[in-house]
Amino acid sequence: MTNKGRSYYLIPYYLWIALFVIAPVLLILYYSLFDLDGHFTLGNYVNFFTPVYLKMTLTSFWYAFLITAFSLLVAYPAAYLLTRTKHKQLWLLLIILPTWINLLLKTYAFIGIFGTFGPVNNLFDVFGIGEQQILFTGFSFVFVSVYIFIPFMILPIFSALEELNLSLLDAARDLGASGWTTFRRVVFPLTISGVRSGCMAVFIPALSLFMITRLIAGNRVITLGTAIEQHFLVTQDWGMGSTVAVFLIAIMALFMMLTGGSRKGVQK
Amino acid sequence: MKPLVNAFLAIVVTALALMYLGAWMNSNEGYSGGNTLTIYNWGDYVDPELLEQFEAETGITVIYQTFDSNEAMLTKVQQGGTTFDVVIPSDYAIAKMREEKLLLPLDHSKLPNLAHLNPRFLNLSFDPGNQFSVPYFWGTVGIIYNPELTKGMDFSSWNSLWDSRLKNNIFLVDGAREVMGMALNSLNYSVNDQNEAHLQDALSKLNRLSPNVKAIVGDEIKMLLAGEEAAVGIVWSGDASEIMDENDKLDYIVPEEGSNIWFDNMVIPRTAANVEGAHRFIDFMLRPEVAAQNAEYVGYSTPNDGAMKLLPPEIAEDTRFYPPAEITDRLEVYDNLGKRMLAHYNELFLMFKMNKK
Repeated sequence: MTNKGRSYYLIPYYLWIALFVIAPVLLILYYSLFDLDGHFTLGNYVNFFTPVYLKMTLTSFWYAFLITAFSLLVAYPAAYLLTRTKHKQLWLLLIILPTWINLLLKTYAFIGIFGTFGPVNNLFDVFGIGEQQILFTGFSFVFVSVYIFIPFMILPIFSALEELNLSLLDAARDLGASGWTTFRRVVFPLTISGVRSGCMAVFIPALSLFMITRLIAGNRVITLGTAIEQHFLVTQDWGMGSTVAVFLIAIMALFMMLTGGSRKGVQK
Repeated sequence: MKPLVNAFLAIVVTALALMYLGAWMNSNEGYSGGNTLTIYNWGDYVDPELLEQFEAETGITVIYQTFDSNEAMLTKVQQGGTTFDVVIPSDYAIAKMREEKLLLPLDHSKLPNLAHLNPRFLNLSFDPGNQFSVPYFWGTVGIIYNPELTKGMDFSSWNSLWDSRLKNNIFLVDGAREVMGMALNSLNYSVNDQNEAHLQDALSKLNRLSPNVKAIVGDEIKMLLAGEEAAVGIVWSGDASEIMDENDKLDYIVPEEGSNIWFDNMVIPRTAANVEGAHRFIDFMLRPEVAAQNAEYVGYSTPNDGAMKLLPPEIAEDTRFYPPAEITDRLEVYDNLGKRMLAHYNELFLMFKMNKK
């Protein structure tokens, strides 16, 4: 096939990107330049740098960081064990299965599980810990988010671990490396690409979570996603909502550039 | 390549078959063109039996669609993608729709049952002379509480919510107007106050409420309060009656300083396709027997005097949901504050939400 023929096949792809990626981003940029009365203004951007929104940005970052960190902490060992099990496909299916269920349904289930009279508190009672407030705390927010995002962290790490050449581990042991050193110097650096894509798949959506902040955190955790939702649905201040979205997009782009950049460094 | 083509063909064939099946089912139920009436209402806000009765009486097929917020409804009506014949928005949304010329004036001569309505609920600020709207249900905003858990505390004042005994024990409904209005009322200001100093007072007062607030939630508030996750909640009277149906330990009160009184009215949008049918439906819903049956099913307060006479006394004489005129006189309807003020209310509400315990 000639080069020219091949480029025709790319047309649908370019169309898709133009219509569903570039056009929406441009529209958001455009809307962010108008105030409530439809007048051109940069006031929305000025407004973003007030304590309310800066604090919100920091909160969003902090929680997105916590969610990513805990997901990684659970997902890496899980993915590692997964590569060592017999019925890999079955276990993998069990991890993917919950992602087929609607996110809101899963979230609603946790309202019951974490409730004052829910099974978790009943268990606490059995052990004599007594009733705890779990629902509507930062903890429950992070826990439920980690639960929801964990398959997206496990899968890329799992495939990176699968590609790992096992003879490298034997070689490391032959050369006298301890288990920890082998992990630190051989396994982890070779699977870093999986960790990186897992972190991206979790961190970026975690930044803009909104329904879980109300259902599980009872609006005690306010993220940028909450603000966008409110501006579009309640105040109909599309300008300010778009401005928040522009900053989110900028932050995400920056994050991807930073993580993408270091990949090249490793490959050299 | 072959299996891929086969799979693709299978998908196309299935999609076409489903489309055909859908069209066939619609035409079987009489949904194709002509004699239909599309009603756009809040979820679970009408007795479905009444819709069937209306269909049997008039031969009009009713298509019933639902929304969950006035804002969502407004957006959909503005876009005009679907034609709705009867919509049931709340007071301030009606004012907004009137301003944006989205409504058709009602022909009162086609609505003889208007006579059954209590004049208290007619000719209100959001629609003088009921040119565009007819009341469907009304209610208040108040405090629902669990006397067992609050041990005899008195909730006849909004200020009782700030009592330190209620630490981490209050659910608020996730609405800027409701929560800001409650704080303004507690300071003896109006729920429609636009004075910046008063609004800032309300915000700092709300911030002091933070330790008592367990969560600020949406519709889940009904499930959470019925499940006794907290002792106190700020809710609409209709939600309160639903919660009390599920858990009869709870009680509802409208505090003395005043509160919001709201109305959900029936309107005909400008894009309506079946204006004649829409008038017939509105008049049908105003019939005393119909309004009474609907009020019993939905649990909200009916503005229909004729229906009140038909309701069982334990409902009609329940002053929690049918407060007498001397109380409703102290209650205020939410004015349409305009986009700018509404945005400001929401910003203050957001600041309150961000304020950590």
